[in-house]
Amino acid sequence: MNAGIVSYGAYVPRYRITPAEIGRVWGIDGDSMGQGLNVIRKSVPAPDEDTITISTEALRVALVRGAIDPQQIGAVYVGSESHPYAVKPTATVVAQAVGATPNLTAADFEFACKAGTAAIQTCLGLVGAGMIQYGVAIGTDTSQGAPGDALEYSASAGGAAFVIGREHVICRVNRTLSYTTDTPDFWRREGQKYPSHGGRFTGEPAYFRHVSECGRQMMEAVGSKPGDYRHVVFHQPNGKFPQRVGKQLGFTDAQMRYGLVTPYIGNTYSGAALIGLANVLDHAGPGERILVVGYGSGAGSDAFDLETTEEVSHYDRSFGRPVQEFLDRGTELSYAVYAKFRGKIHMGGS
Amino acid sequence: MSIARFWRETPRRYNLGGSKCTGCGTVYFPPRLVCPKCASHRQSIEKMVPFQLSGDGEVISFTVVHDPAEGFEMQVPYVLALVQTPEGPVLTGQVVDVEPKDVAIGLKVRATFRKLREEGKAGVIHYGYKFAPREESGVAPAPQGPPDPVPASEARAQDRAAA
Repeated sequence: MNAGIVSYGAYVPRYRITPAEIGRVWGIDGDSMGQGLNVIRKSVPAPDEDTITISTEALRVALVRGAIDPQQIGAVYVGSESHPYAVKPTATVVAQAVGATPNLTAADFEFACKAGTAAIQTCLGLVGAGMIQYGVAIGTDTSQGAPGDALEYSASAGGAAFVIGREHVICRVNRTLSYTTDTPDFWRREGQKYPSHGGRFTGEPAYFRHVSECGRQMMEAVGSKPGDYRHVVFHQPNGKFPQRVGKQLGFTDAQMRYGLVTPYIGNTYSGAALIGLANVLDHAGPGERILVVGYGSGAGSDAFDLETTEEVSHYDRSFGRPVQEFLDRGTELSYAVYAKFRGKIHMGGS
Repeated sequence: MSIARFWRETPRRYNLGGSKCTGCGTVYFPPRLVCPKCASHRQSIEKMVPFQLSGDGEVISFTVVHDPAEGFEMQVPYVLALVQTPEGPVLTGQVVDVEPKDVAIGLKVRATFRKLREEGKAGVIHYGYKFAPREESGVAPAPQGPPDPVPASEARAQDRAAA
């Protein structure tokens, strides 16, 4: 494939809340809940942050790091299930805010948690075919679980932006492969504020089947085995599912070390696997092979067989914050302030 | 604010788009069509070019707002500051991602992209620049360091225990 990752950036809001604090309000042992999910804390967006602002911050970092002229961007695709507008593309505001308008194509993607990886695939096609010079794929969410629902302990906010191009590629894409079926594990109907899910049904036939099948078929397609990869990144709705599916496929904890970020920031949905990949790239040297398997409810998986190039050793990551800093730092909120920030308090009026 | 007015101001609100006099080099934000510094204003006509500020700056004065403007109720108390840019203009803007007690004159900040206000639940959303501490100097470290993730084997054991 003659297109790959040229630059990237990630952004996670500053605020955090712990499962213990959430559980305290609902009369549940939040510590056990957090341990069961392997989520230590999750990120919370400030009242003035949303998918548009997070995507813009991540993309601005990517453009500065890669020294990319925004006018050379031919496509901006933003994958999210929490676009601020139902009708009016997030991508238009993001493109304007980085100075990429007006000569580009732009659209919003939605495929639960894997809209960002779908956007990467689209950009690979456009760039690979020579139709555009650079394509931007972003995965961002500020998703919410209904108050008291199990999802509330993990649903968080964050995003990552990837610039796809042909020259100065820091991470080559050897192959991409998808696995998609109609599986009703998680959904949100039009006009509903919070999503619904199939409870215990969501594990085996949905996440585990799609991720393991897609990962296994990917390795079959390129003739690789788990030991060939230095890093592996799975979609991570919690900290536990990716560990379990990794073991099923034959990967070790060491291979998942940098790709697993959900324990420290929660499930950023469309951003989850991409922030994991950004963290891997923060730490990667040249010639390191990476397997990424995203997952979106509904359901589908996108797998990528990646390999860092020599260019990664000259890549300047000094602008913007490394993912590790988002994992280590944050300001903890009480549930009351969290509820205020997330619009869970009825303020009167219509 | 009307949709049309906000839309006209998008270049400056999104990208800190000002203007620069090619005669004397003065940078203006918001952009100006003529340069009041040049001896005769007419000299600067057609010499003003678009100029984008870097977004860097330093707090030269600030106030903590406790009685919020409409639409800012969720952010009280918040900091409104005068920010000196290295290019010259002084900008007024909110400083976010910091506790008001940690803001001081001399705080280095950088422009960040945030939601400015919403026209009710169904109206348009306005975005633009605010400022955040450059070195995250106001952010306290998380109370606990990042322990290693729970190993898969242990997670499974906890799973069984939970079941």
